[in-house]
Amino acid sequence: MDDGGGLRLDMNGLDYLILALYFVTVLGVGFAARRAIRTSVDFFLSGRSLPAWVTGLAFVSANLGALEIIGMAANGAQYGVMTVHYYWIGAVPAMVFLGIVMMPFYYGSKVRSVPEYLRLRFNRPTHLLNAISFAVAQVLIAGVNLYALALVMQALLGWPLWTAVLVGAAIVLAYITIGGLSGAIYNEVLQFFVILAGLIPVTVIGLVKVGGVNGLMDAVRDSKLGEAGLHAWQDTGTTANPLGAHWLGIVFGLGFVLSFGYWTTNFAEVQRALSAKNMSAARRTPIIAAYPKLFIPLVTVIPGLVALVTVKGLGAESGDLQYNNAIPLLMRDLLPNGVLGVAVTGLLASFMAGMAANVSGFNTVFTYDIWQAYIRRDRSDEYYLRIGRWATVAAVVVGIGTAFIAAGFSNIMNYIQALFSVFNAPLFATFIIGMFWKRMTALAGFWSLLLGTLVSLSLYLLYKGGVVNFNSDLEESFWGAGLAFATAVVVAAILTPLTAPKRDEELRGLVYGMGGVDLKGDVLAGDAVWYRSPVLLGVIAVALAALFYIPVF
Amino acid sequence: MSNDGQPPAQDPLIDEAQEEQRRSAAARLFDIRRVIGGLFVAYGVIVTLIGVFDSRAEIDKAEGVRINLWAGLVMLAFGLFMLLWQWLRPAEPPAPNEKQPGT
Repeated sequence: MDDGGGLRLDMNGLDYLILALYFVTVLGVGFAARRAIRTSVDFFLSGRSLPAWVTGLAFVSANLGALEIIGMAANGAQYGVMTVHYYWIGAVPAMVFLGIVMMPFYYGSKVRSVPEYLRLRFNRPTHLLNAISFAVAQVLIAGVNLYALALVMQALLGWPLWTAVLVGAAIVLAYITIGGLSGAIYNEVLQFFVILAGLIPVTVIGLVKVGGVNGLMDAVRDSKLGEAGLHAWQDTGTTANPLGAHWLGIVFGLGFVLSFGYWTTNFAEVQRALSAKNMSAARRTPIIAAYPKLFIPLVTVIPGLVALVTVKGLGAESGDLQYNNAIPLLMRDLLPNGVLGVAVTGLLASFMAGMAANVSGFNTVFTYDIWQAYIRRDRSDEYYLRIGRWATVAAVVVGIGTAFIAAGFSNIMNYIQALFSVFNAPLFATFIIGMFWKRMTALAGFWSLLLGTLVSLSLYLLYKGGVVNFNSDLEESFWGAGLAFATAVVVAAILTPLTAPKRDEELRGLVYGMGGVDLKGDVLAGDAVWYRSPVLLGVIAVALAALFYIPVF
Repeated sequence: MSNDGQPPAQDPLIDEAQEEQRRSAAARLFDIRRVIGGLFVAYGVIVTLIGVFDSRAEIDKAEGVRINLWAGLVMLAFGLFMLLWQWLRPAEPPAPNEKQPGT
């Protein structure tokens, strides 16, 4: 399994200086953000004060966690160019939809979280169900992110696992407890640039090594992927392609249900937009994020392909040559000290960004949607601010615990991702019907969400138990998500006529066509210019995604 | 999307938070461009200097590209751009917190 050197990088003092400088800056940002916190909304939503470019980059950064960098490079090596589906059809359209269509209801109703929207639109049981499942999922994923961070630090730097877990957790804990969401968001913007600074040199030297884009294409044709590794849509009329997915599955499963479920209802993402300073900035947040998202495959999929053709034996079941190590292997082979330090810093930044998004989403939902709504009502704002800080500490401590649980499973990342995406599909169905069909009743909302989740969960367990068979985990998640979506729709259609609707006044600002949404709310003079129009920016992003497919069709 | 001028539906918890928001200290938040600029200028200087003194072995490792020099200069330029941007276009003053149409 071992190819000689292991994964250990040859870091010198200057590389460590670059890493240390980053850690100091991250903590400094947390401390400096502290003076801007006086109320709970300052702590949980940055006082709704941030400009669109900041919230937009934080929005994309919150998603640039372990799964994104390591996982998408691994997918690039394993499935080839088809990996771009996760970006161009599996992310950009949903991000644009969130900004143009859904954000007016989220931001305009002044809800402080995604579960809170469900409380206003439906009822308290729906709210509590979603708040608890979101909170549990966030601490689990935070633990997985932390464990992945520790694994990389152990492999690359030789740090013991528990030291790496504690150091990573302590830094995230410090800057969120002290600096709140502003600390998290500001660091995410910084992380975005550091991650790019780390990945671009790997990509550039990788391309030089294989003789440019043409050299890479020739080499991929000769690899085990072959010609199929260079096409995104070819052979998707059947499942005989690297991803094993039919185009229907790609378009409706990945592009619609999974992607819309993740991007439009995941509060760890939506929270970034809710912290924007006005309606225009909130709507532009996910759309501005869509632009970097269009280009990120350049620095994940290309290194994955380079690793495939340059690292002999890549794709082993275990050991150092797993697909997951594509980027660390290239860093080891290609980067001299200096940019190596920047690249390691970028990798660690990406893990911390992922974990910080989970923790800051958790503390808000825990405080506003569980503690304030069901446990201790009518306390002072200072009280909830304090609870938020303690919830952050609790989330990180539990995250350390779940990190060690994650250590006991070989590929828990896949499980959690599958489960999470399956939880999102019925949530998205409930949201989208509730937002556009004013007649949908509170009871219908609750049962749609619950039964949709149970159906997808059952299918997942049946698949894992070997009762139902699919070609791949991916195919199972497409079907699970689709079935959950369909269940939620059918339940809503059956229960709504049988139960009492909400009054129109209660739905104002929450449902399409009911009024109460002010798209021009709090506009600044500069927001009216054409290049800040959310609709125009969104249309361009989607058009670019379609255009990008042409050379790799 | 109709805009009939009426405010969205009311909720006691949200109204309370909106009320508290009048005390917000968010206007005291610093500008992140300064931090990004500062960190990248520092990285740019360090990595450029490493690049200037790179030995043959380091350049060969990077397929003959003087990657430290180039990456250092690009990071330096990016850091300076962020500082310049902040200097030329300071953050727009926060909108006053008084507007609550219709209430």
